Amino acid sequence: MTEERIGVYVCHCGTNIAGTVDVEEVSKWAGEKLKKDGVVVSRDYKFMCSSLGQELIQADIKEKSLNRVVVAACSPHLHEKTFRTACQKADMNPYLCEMVSIREQVSWVHTDKRVATEKAKALISGGVLRVAKDEPLEAIHVPINPATLIVGAGIAGIQAALEIADSGFPVYLVERDSSIGGHMAQFDKTFPTLDCAACILTPKMVDAGDHPNITLLTLSEIEQVDGYVGNFTVTIRKGARYVKEDVCTGCGICIEKCPIKVIDTNFEAGLGYRKAIYRNFPQAIPKYPAIDTEHCTYFLHGKCKACQLFCPTQPNSIDFEQQDEVIRIEVGNIILATGYDLFNSRRIPQYGYGRLANVFTSLEFERMCNAAGPTEGRVFLRDGITQPKTVGIIHCVGSRDKHYNNYCSVICCMQSLKFAHLVKERTGAEVYEFYIDMRTAFKDYDEFYQRVLQEGVNFIRGRVAEATDAARLPGEEGKLIIQAEDTLIGKQRRIPVDMVILSAGLEPRADSEEVAKKFGISCSSNGFFIEKHPKLDPISTLTEGIFIAGACQGPKDIPASVTQGAAAAARVLGRIQSKELALEPIRASVIEERCSGCRICNDLCPFNAITFNEELNVTNINQALCQGCGTCVAACPSGAISGTQFSDEQILAQLDGILSLPINSGKVKTLESVPA
Amino acid sequence: METNLQTSRTPTFYDEVIRDTPGGDPNLEMCIQCGTCGGSCPSGADMDHTPRNLFAMINAGMKEDVLRSNSPWYCVSCYYCMVRCPQEIHITDIMYTLKRMAIKEGLYRESSASEAPGFSETFIHYVENYGRSFELGLATWHHLRYHPINAIRMASTMGLELLRKGRMDLTPTRIKNMPQLKKILKKAKAIGGTT
Amino acid sequence: MKYGYYPGCSLERNAIAYQQSTMAIAKPLGIEFIEVEDWNCCGATEYFAIDALAAYALVGRNLALASQQKLNGDRNQLVAPCSACFLNLYKTDHYMAEDNKLNANVNEALAAGGLHYDPGTVKVRHLLDIIVNDIGYEAIAERVTKPLFNLRVAPYYGCMIVRPASIESFDNPEYPTSLDKLTHSLGAEVVDFPLKAHCCGGHMTQISENTALELIRRLLKNAADYDADMIVTLCPMCQLNLDAYQENVNKHFGTNFHIPVLYFTQLMGLAFGLSANNLGLGKEFINAKPALDKISSEPLKKQRRKKRPPKETLPMPTMPEES
Repeated sequence: MTEERIGVYVCHCGTNIAGTVDVEEVSKWAGEKLKKDGVVVSRDYKFMCSSLGQELIQADIKEKSLNRVVVAACSPHLHEKTFRTACQKADMNPYLCEMVSIREQVSWVHTDKRVATEKAKALISGGVLRVAKDEPLEAIHVPINPATLIVGAGIAGIQAALEIADSGFPVYLVERDSSIGGHMAQFDKTFPTLDCAACILTPKMVDAGDHPNITLLTLSEIEQVDGYVGNFTVTIRKGARYVKEDVCTGCGICIEKCPIKVIDTNFEAGLGYRKAIYRNFPQAIPKYPAIDTEHCTYFLHGKCKACQLFCPTQPNSIDFEQQDEVIRIEVGNIILATGYDLFNSRRIPQYGYGRLANVFTSLEFERMCNAAGPTEGRVFLRDGITQPKTVGIIHCVGSRDKHYNNYCSVICCMQSLKFAHLVKERTGAEVYEFYIDMRTAFKDYDEFYQRVLQEGVNFIRGRVAEATDAARLPGEEGKLIIQAEDTLIGKQRRIPVDMVILSAGLEPRADSEEVAKKFGISCSSNGFFIEKHPKLDPISTLTEGIFIAGACQGPKDIPASVTQGAAAAARVLGRIQSKELALEPIRASVIEERCSGCRICNDLCPFNAITFNEELNVTNINQALCQGCGTCVAACPSGAISGTQFSDEQILAQLDGILSLPINSGKVKTLESVPA
Repeated sequence: METNLQTSRTPTFYDEVIRDTPGGDPNLEMCIQCGTCGGSCPSGADMDHTPRNLFAMINAGMKEDVLRSNSPWYCVSCYYCMVRCPQEIHITDIMYTLKRMAIKEGLYRESSASEAPGFSETFIHYVENYGRSFELGLATWHHLRYHPINAIRMASTMGLELLRKGRMDLTPTRIKNMPQLKKILKKAKAIGGTT
Repeated sequence: MKYGYYPGCSLERNAIAYQQSTMAIAKPLGIEFIEVEDWNCCGATEYFAIDALAAYALVGRNLALASQQKLNGDRNQLVAPCSACFLNLYKTDHYMAEDNKLNANVNEALAAGGLHYDPGTVKVRHLLDIIVNDIGYEAIAERVTKPLFNLRVAPYYGCMIVRPASIESFDNPEYPTSLDKLTHSLGAEVVDFPLKAHCCGGHMTQISENTALELIRRLLKNAADYDADMIVTLCPMCQLNLDAYQENVNKHFGTNFHIPVLYFTQLMGLAFGLSANNLGLGKEFINAKPALDKISSEPLKKQRRKKRPPKETLPMPTMPEES
């Protein structure tokens, strides 16, 4: 065995580390005191990650024949790849380079320079002893399946699907609802330009529906996800539509003839009706209707069949015997674009939604304004005939409130301004907006606020206390009264109105936790999917090959959703075009002679990489499926599973190194506790 | 009226208000000035400053103006502000704190609710000496002190009716172990402060 | 079922009808109330305005006594019928648990009287809570022998039974429904009373009568707008303000309200067929008899089938119970 020749490189990170750790002293100390452990050179440098810093290491590898490197700098999350690549370029095996975090784990969590310096030394000592035990490894290369699964066909999902499909690669676009388009398809106008939502969305929907590279699966849910980046196997349940898609012409006669009318709580947001056989809207993609078995007389009572009777196609398009279909597909990458749910305004009883007829949610109002909606775009009170003369719009319903959602829902200010404009345009009514802060960031948004100001809308800065029908003062009888403090004058005000619109916030989907678990990703405390990095990588997740786009990652408007959809697609396209992906060779392996065949590890693997060999009575681990998480390593009672790069030998050596310092032997007494 | 605005919130009035409000962190520093409290207050119309406004004044260090305000005395302890506050500020408890501070500094006398503490004090007089409240004595003393004419009206109409219906005692009831209660209250006052 | 019982000063006199009716319905419901021995005043809303620690110690003495006397064994549940007492007892227990310094100080004061209280040992509950949750609406309906058919009742909760809200609150702080359901189970017609949890004016009758009269007027007007025959309440202060000050309101505003205000326990007693004398009826200022005379022995025939709304009408949002 060749002798270890280790180089230690201590980074200042400007003042990030050097402000709290005496880096020169640490470097000097390592060069002297760790000589016995194989350290032949130790240096400190202002920015080790800079080209010059990397060249310093590379020069030492060549000139001083280093065969191992320890870089004491930031977290390996950030620059491990940088330094490993640098070592590799200097013909050293990249896995013989270890990083020691003296920024996140030392300088950023301590204030006492002396203590921080000692702790940095201890961690470096651990890194040096550990690197000596590291083995040279080769990255695992996996092929990438060029097909992509996109879950959710709202504007973000559609955008991503079109970007990938237009580049010539296959896409499976899976949607839970009976047609695609998501929330955007429900809207009438979009802020700040007041484009007709349908006019800009339907061309994209048609494209997605007709695209030779897109397989559209509606009424479908993901059941199971197996495999790993590049090679996922996904099981999808395609719900029965009870309409044969290969014969149906979408003529709509069945809908006309169906005798059952139910309140449509989905697409019409409860404001309108649909039949038991229905299509969300005239331009729906796909155009085929679907039967709602919960309300269909045939499914409830075994008779009716009006739809079948009147269906003009040959053969008949209605198929009451249709069953759910379970489909298995193979894809290389997955984009989740599952969108949002609207905050349930019933949770705030003092706003009267559900009790007071003329309190509407934002989504109800969107449907009301939509020319294809229940009132054909006319703004009416709940009676369906009376135009309001006064309208109050309440911002932040369920948002910015610790009792409900602690975050700002981003879109509500602009949406409320849009509503004010639409009310004015269609009824000429007096409009009052009740807001806490007016948030009109982004291009042309504040200009829209200016425009609405100019249109004569009244703005009251105060969060609404209550909306009530309890009249107290003259002029309030028969009205809804909005009570709030006008904080700009410091007085309580009661504004009698005919109609109240609640700008309800955006929430994670009710089943977001469940969906996250299915795809092996995580949700933040408020329930939205967590991105890999909030600034630098908002579309990736910590699970390789799973990307997120649109409102499932956090509240956002249409332009932002489209941007993320396109960005996720670009990332996926890059992956597909590189054809294969290098994976970290961090894997678990079974030392067969030690395995007792107890099978404790068998069910623990989150990646289904473990199988059991009945014949030999030992466990096997599939090296392609294993992600190196270490669960089985920790669980094995016989110590028969070893994790590459996390072997007992490596970890014990690291501990020896850390514990060898006086800081741990009672000589330094004032080690502050690291904040939790 | 000239007011010296404090440029830094520490270490003064702002901290005192927080310190003297028992029951865990009152979250005063979290106020976003949304006005839900002022909008919800049933007696908000009679207050010279809404609670929201008071919190901004506390933040600006306007101690005397705050303690001269009639607002805490118009608080009816309905807790609407507290359950609706999106930032979970203990608004009602802070109102109690401001009442205590206004009494301590004597500034309540300059508010339009200058007689309010008197009512509380009369109430407490009975509690501290009998262990029970005494409605007749309370109403009579309070009104004799502040509204002699009202007292006569009260006694002649509502008071008489309450007596007639057996809804009012002529003498207060005393608990058995009054010495124990007195010791407890004396000790509590000796510990001082408010928490 | 046995419970510790803290009547509070009001129930001894001003709210004697509440006390009498509570005791009267306890028997048919199988409830036994064991009064805390030598309890003292809860301090109402007054003591906290003068001396916070003394106020918490005053309430703490009651909790300590209840804890020591273990009135209903290990459950140690303490029932208060008065909302202000309920809140003060509940809040003191809760704040002592939240705030170590307060806990230490209160106990230091209690020690001067040879007492000690560990927060959490007594579970404080409002009378309405145990009646609707421990007895239950169905069991109550079973006891009803004289249903209150044709009586339109506005259930009024006031503030301190539902606020400030905590995780353990037994009803919604904004739009409570337990008293509605209870009233319904007695056969009465329940008014969906928008101001049901708004303030009755509290002690403002003493401090700024005009403020109080306005708050009382709002409630009476709203009940009248909704054609309520009477208001039913669960708090002595609410009853006193709405009942005894109703004439003052009429004088002050030139209104003509005559809405009797009874305790829910009185209505329960009537529905259970108990004698009016045992329920403290007649102690109210606004005579309840004319309203009670409206009670009929048969439910009124369902007033004409609900008219189908015109076809233009947009559907109302579904509510949780319906969907």
